[in-house]
Amino acid sequence: MDASSVVAPPPSGRNPGRSLHRFANPGRFLRLSGAALPWLAASGAVLTAVGLVWGLFLAPADWQQGDAVRIMYVHVPAAWLASAGYFGLALCSLLSLVWRHPLADLAAAEIGPVGAGFTALCLLTGSIWGKPMWGAWWVWDARLTSVLVLFFLYLGHVALVRAFDDPVRGYRSGAILALVGVVNLPIIKFSVDWWNTLHQPATISFTGAPTMYVGMLWPLLFAAIGYTLVFAAIVVARTRAAVMERRIRALLMARADEAAA
Amino acid sequence: MTHLPYVVAAYVLGMVIPGTFALAAFLRMRAAQRRLAATDRRRRG
Repeated sequence: MDASSVVAPPPSGRNPGRSLHRFANPGRFLRLSGAALPWLAASGAVLTAVGLVWGLFLAPADWQQGDAVRIMYVHVPAAWLASAGYFGLALCSLLSLVWRHPLADLAAAEIGPVGAGFTALCLLTGSIWGKPMWGAWWVWDARLTSVLVLFFLYLGHVALVRAFDDPVRGYRSGAILALVGVVNLPIIKFSVDWWNTLHQPATISFTGAPTMYVGMLWPLLFAAIGYTLVFAAIVVARTRAAVMERRIRALLMARADEAAA
Repeated sequence: MTHLPYVVAAYVLGMVIPGTFALAAFLRMRAAQRRLAATDRRRRG
């Protein structure tokens, strides 16, 4: 077996790394994302607005919680995106470490601050919801604490990626932290089942029927899908900016080299 | 409406935090587009 047969992907083109690299070309990414971004942003803004207005004015109040239940239409999408964003960050980190996907490093670095922002939104709205319902802004409940750990993982990733003079070392270190931190995601999800928590258990799951009144479920779905599209649009816009900034640096370096020569 | 200040505070945060991120991303992208075009022009010229 010669060296090329080890390095080269199989001729069938079924190597996942190879097919992923097709989408890693910065020019192709800028073209595709440039076409998709206006649609992502517009549909996200419209669906979010519909979900929030529906939840605020048209959805019924809860018989126990009163109108405080309307905080759910912001809090639940933020909580979902805090976890889903971290999953995306970990996926990009895996692509970066295993296949050296050129865009994965940039995408991971851009997901970090956005995920931290949505996790902060989840914690803040949860605190605002907790005060009238539990009588406290904060309790060291398993769900709240594990989401706080997730927030610190995001902040740690943001800091670590920027902590090195060599960006590649920063990306690699951040990727390792992101993959280690994935262990926190099932802890967040099952914290309400594993421990006796003040936080309520899940009312919506992929396997069972929701235990929520349908008049509340629909605006929640609109808000969740809308916020997800907004999150995606922000990450795509930031990644586009990062790709262009990298290209600018490369052009300036090339010009400096030409001038020196 | 019961708990109005809490609901309003949550909705304001729910619009301000994503809105700030979206605006910052859009401005950064526009600035990068302009700088890339200018750098490319200077390089060709």
